[in-house]
Amino acid sequence: MIASLPPFLVFFVGAVGVLVCGSRVRAAVMLLTPIVGGINLYGLADGWDLTVFDLTLALVRVDRLSLLFGILFHLAAFISIVFSLHSRDKLQQVAALVYAGGALGAVFAGDLMTLFLFWEVLAVSSVFLVWARRTPQSRAAGFRYLSVQVVSGLLLFAGITIHYFDTGTMNVGYIGLDSSASWLILIAFGIKCGFPFLHNWLVDAYPEATPTGTVFLSAFTSKVAIYALVRCFPGTEALIYVGVVMTLFPVFYAVIENDLRRVLAYSMINQLGFMVCGIGLGTELAINGAVSHAFNDVIFKGLLFMSMGAVLHMTGTIKSSEIGGLYKTMPWTTGFCIVGAASISAFPLFSGFVSKSMVMAAALEEGYPWVWLALLFASAGVLHHAGIKIPFHAFFAKDSGIQVSDPPVNMLIAMGIAAVVCVYNGSFPTLLYSLLPYPVSYVPYDATHVLTQMQLLMFAILAFCWLRLTDREPHDIPAVNLDADWFYRRLVPSIMGQIAGALSFIVMGARAFRRDLSDAAITFAEHVFGARSGLAMTWLTRTMVLAATVALGLVVVVN
Amino acid sequence: MKKQHLFDNPRNIRLLVWLTCATCAGLFAFDFIFHRHVTHPFEHLYGFYAIYGFSAYCLLVVIAKGLRKLVKRREDYYGDS
Repeated sequence: MIASLPPFLVFFVGAVGVLVCGSRVRAAVMLLTPIVGGINLYGLADGWDLTVFDLTLALVRVDRLSLLFGILFHLAAFISIVFSLHSRDKLQQVAALVYAGGALGAVFAGDLMTLFLFWEVLAVSSVFLVWARRTPQSRAAGFRYLSVQVVSGLLLFAGITIHYFDTGTMNVGYIGLDSSASWLILIAFGIKCGFPFLHNWLVDAYPEATPTGTVFLSAFTSKVAIYALVRCFPGTEALIYVGVVMTLFPVFYAVIENDLRRVLAYSMINQLGFMVCGIGLGTELAINGAVSHAFNDVIFKGLLFMSMGAVLHMTGTIKSSEIGGLYKTMPWTTGFCIVGAASISAFPLFSGFVSKSMVMAAALEEGYPWVWLALLFASAGVLHHAGIKIPFHAFFAKDSGIQVSDPPVNMLIAMGIAAVVCVYNGSFPTLLYSLLPYPVSYVPYDATHVLTQMQLLMFAILAFCWLRLTDREPHDIPAVNLDADWFYRRLVPSIMGQIAGALSFIVMGARAFRRDLSDAAITFAEHVFGARSGLAMTWLTRTMVLAATVALGLVVVVN
Repeated sequence: MKKQHLFDNPRNIRLLVWLTCATCAGLFAFDFIFHRHVTHPFEHLYGFYAIYGFSAYCLLVVIAKGLRKLVKRREDYYGDS
């Protein structure tokens, strides 16, 4: 039997293939890459150690957790590639394959240095998916995105180095929060994971990427961070509270946001919050919940981003205030979007139902009733912005008069595959459960769970109906909502501007002073060396000789 | 003649709203018939999840509207980018 290749290598080779092939072959190479990669996963074993100077990089370490993420990333890459198959943009195609490969490299990394290397591959490759939109906005957002990702990389590198000197080990394993190195590593993970105040790159850049690029972006970066947290910080209590805050604050922003892909970006932080909370709780049930929710989230969030990407692709806009009533002309996209919305809202028979509830059950079991109540509130919040707002405002609400058709068939197929996975995982969770890191005894489908979840969701829908009919629902308003990015997009530039202003005042003063000084110098020089100065006079030779003799005499006397 | 779509007819919208109300009434009634197994004392309360869902949604909208007053700026607030 041929030994398996490192999973990332398949994608990197695919990227090279795309780089050198013509446009028709490129599509085939794109499609084949995740398929070959998927086959390659069977029989994947530890190995591929690479020695660089005196450092050994463990490129492939396989266990249940990394294999689960490996399968997930192949599936996500395949769906995203099908979705972007109509695109002929080589830049995006290469970037997407390298990006997916980077994510695979990170989850199979056996040591922290390898993880760091792929962490940087993720940052550098993904920014091209933002820049590929080729608008001034995407260029600026891409630079902001890249800066934040680079900071995350630097913190991780610093953390790993100190950790190595402290402990003498580079293994990807439990780190916990008991040293300065561990804090650096946690913050590096936290940036990629969208911790509060470190989250803005996500809601800033994802909505500026191309319709297809955002689908890739939503699958990998933050899920690699979730994977890293599960590896290094399970059971860290602080993460419970960080997770709760992450589930709560984005829902308010999502309610008032006008750009529907930005609504989904906020929604993403909210879902990551459930996972982070589960990692913080750290029990087998909670970790299973976090990991299975990561799996489901990639698929249903991908589906939602695809449906909004399809709308953007066809109509040219994704502003809630400009679209509406599209169910008439985009019926398939509407249907798929509703499946995604039902999955993220965790309706029974849809995928969110079987995974999110594990985290919530674990919160109650571990004696965190307030955390549980907060998560329950956040669940109602998810229903508002992702379950109702996204499909309702895009496809129903008012009739915008926009007449478009459903998107190209490859987009529909990709959405179809994702929708099937959502319903399958929701209705028959056994397969997903069998892949989880710990044995599953949790039973999602019992009468109490189905009833209580239906009560929560249906009464929230009732509240929507009531608020909508009495005109109390928040209106679509084209606006920018200030978030933590205000600090670096407004406050810091304004302080820098003031410093620059003060500096320029000093510089102007200095220039004026220099001008005065140089005027004085010129006058002085003219006086001394000028045409009418003593030095410019025609001197007689004997005067010169006399002067030289006096000078020499002085030298002799002094000596 | 322009094609009539499903929700162009207000009757269909009304029907959907009534259907939602009926489902909610049914789900609420289940709390009195069916004995749920519970972990937390809150869950003992009849209609806890229903009331929590309804009020959470309303509270969310109220807070979000307040937040909007605080953070809303013109679309060109950050310039072109």
